[in-house]
Amino acid sequence: MTRSFLTGTRGELLGVGVLALLVLLVLPLSLDVFRLNLVGKYLTYAFVAVGLVLCWGSAGILSLGQGIFFGLGGYCMAMFLKLEASNPEATKIQSTPGIPDFMDWNQLTSLPWFWEPFHSLTFSLAAVVLVPSALAFVIGVAMFKRRVGGVYFAIITQAIAAILTILIVGQQGYTGGINGITDLRTLKGWDIRTDEAKLVLYFVNAALLLGCILLCLAVRRSKLGRILVALRDKEDRVRFSGYDVANFKTFVFCLAAALAGVGGAMFTLQVGFMSPSFVGIVPSIELVIYCAVGGRLSLLGAVYGTLLVNWAKTSFSESFPELWLFAMGALFIGVVMAFPNGLAGLFQTHVVPRLDRLRGRGLPPVPGPTRMAAE
Amino acid sequence: MFDGYSLSELGSIFAMQGFAGLILFSVFVLMALGLAIIFGQMGVINMAHGEFMILGAYVTFVCSHLVGEHAPWLFPGYFFIAMALAFVASGSLGMLVEWSLIRFLYRRPLDTLLATWGLSLIMQQIFRSTFGAREVGVTLPDWLMGSLSLTDTIEVPINGLFVMALTMTISAVVYAVLFRARWGRGVRAVMQNRVMAGAVGINTEKVDRYTFGLGCGIAGVAGSAFTMVGSTGPTSGQLYIVDTFLVVVFGGAQSLIGTIASAFTISQAQSTMEFFLSGSMAKVLTLLTVVGILMLRPQGLFVLKVRR
Repeated sequence: MTRSFLTGTRGELLGVGVLALLVLLVLPLSLDVFRLNLVGKYLTYAFVAVGLVLCWGSAGILSLGQGIFFGLGGYCMAMFLKLEASNPEATKIQSTPGIPDFMDWNQLTSLPWFWEPFHSLTFSLAAVVLVPSALAFVIGVAMFKRRVGGVYFAIITQAIAAILTILIVGQQGYTGGINGITDLRTLKGWDIRTDEAKLVLYFVNAALLLGCILLCLAVRRSKLGRILVALRDKEDRVRFSGYDVANFKTFVFCLAAALAGVGGAMFTLQVGFMSPSFVGIVPSIELVIYCAVGGRLSLLGAVYGTLLVNWAKTSFSESFPELWLFAMGALFIGVVMAFPNGLAGLFQTHVVPRLDRLRGRGLPPVPGPTRMAAE
Repeated sequence: MFDGYSLSELGSIFAMQGFAGLILFSVFVLMALGLAIIFGQMGVINMAHGEFMILGAYVTFVCSHLVGEHAPWLFPGYFFIAMALAFVASGSLGMLVEWSLIRFLYRRPLDTLLATWGLSLIMQQIFRSTFGAREVGVTLPDWLMGSLSLTDTIEVPINGLFVMALTMTISAVVYAVLFRARWGRGVRAVMQNRVMAGAVGINTEKVDRYTFGLGCGIAGVAGSAFTMVGSTGPTSGQLYIVDTFLVVVFGGAQSLIGTIASAFTISQAQSTMEFFLSGSMAKVLTLLTVVGILMLRPQGLFVLKVRR
């Protein structure tokens, strides 16, 4: 294949620029606050999808438990917001004022010890990144050091997602149970439920996502990224060359977990609650399909895939709720059987050559609209 | 934790919970047997396994209604017809799925996982559209109702005994087919070394298709048996799929004995703990222990030594 002007560092940066233009300018100008908030919610899933591209696409580690990390990040943020919302004045009708309402309903009379540090915003923000990566580190070290990978790893992560959901639902007094942590109001006195706050949070979220994509691009272009690809394709050969494969795998798994945690925290801020329905097996595997539809090898593709699948889900569920599961199932099968490289693969094979031809004829390249048409 | 129970009461509790565990064990074994064949022997991750089971359960449900309405004289024995039909329905659907989907994906196990998950979503929605979202149960014939009293405090339900007997029969048949019959030798040869098996004249494609069908068929029978001890809804299959995979992995994926042993360990641990802790904590503790052991011993309890 001839080299296109859209490959290499310049092409990737161009792609990030187009995405930035789309999420920072086109979408905010064309959508009302409600729809924009929805897009913001979808973009929080894109954090996980981007992490999965690195973890699954580059390094070949399929984790079916990314919902765990998304949920943990979200819960860390929600715990801080909940504590702020349940100050003694707001909760004075409870039998124990000053603790979250669901604890009062479950006859708890004091704040559990692990909730205490979440009074501090700094601690909570650190926890959003550190708690998911710490868990990922434990899982990663335990599994990769014993050379467990592939299918077994996928099943174990899925089991952990199931365990965590049962635990959260079962321990109602400590976690809010099946309803999750709801009724979140302010962040350091700033009301997060107003339209302006939603707008601000959308831009913070989009900027963070772009930052994360740039970080992942840097990781992929580094020597580390090449080793990841090498160990995906021939793990033994990398090991025989003297690299400690387990450390690299653990690192990329932790990085993906941290990204998912950030996504979860932004989700809580924008949507205003967190519940176990974003932790379990089904949401975790849906996150994988976002990444697969976008293209498991393309960081930008994952973002478009997430947006597209969620947009389809929302519009399908509004008009034909019973058809959605059929469409979703067909999507899983279709992506695997017909388009293993997803939208990004289609873009590479069908759109890029045409753009090159256009450019060769001396016409100015118009990647923006064409790329959007391809999505 | 043991306060307030006398010694004989404790004995009865352990006996009763042990028996409840045995019923759970039977259901686990039935579900895991099919998966042990498909996952353990063939290496295919079938996330739709739970849905094949639910298909068997719905076949039984339809059978119980049809027989009850049109041929009441057959009712005491309808269960055996239902089981045979469930086996045929799930098995032939399994063969169809293998032919249209799985056979293209033998070299890409992770993709099989995603594709069969998609299949499971489609099957769930079909069940929901056909039978409704509510859980359904079957009417048991009279001879399966009631329970036997062994002592004053220990009672065992008859349907539980029947499920256990069924499990033992099916396990014995599967063992005989896989390890004693000529066909099973072909299956094991293909799974151990596909190229060589093909070279000595075994039709590997045909073996793959029938093996997958057999695994799915057993799942159908498991679903049929499942209707006797619980009710069935469109999403019931999804509830059990993780447990079932853990049972197979924990037992050592290629060992049939290992699957049975691990089903026994997990079900007994869970049902005994359930009496003293809440149901959810018992499940969390059991699963955590299994995952913890798997992290220390990833190959599972029993290892089959195969030269690759």
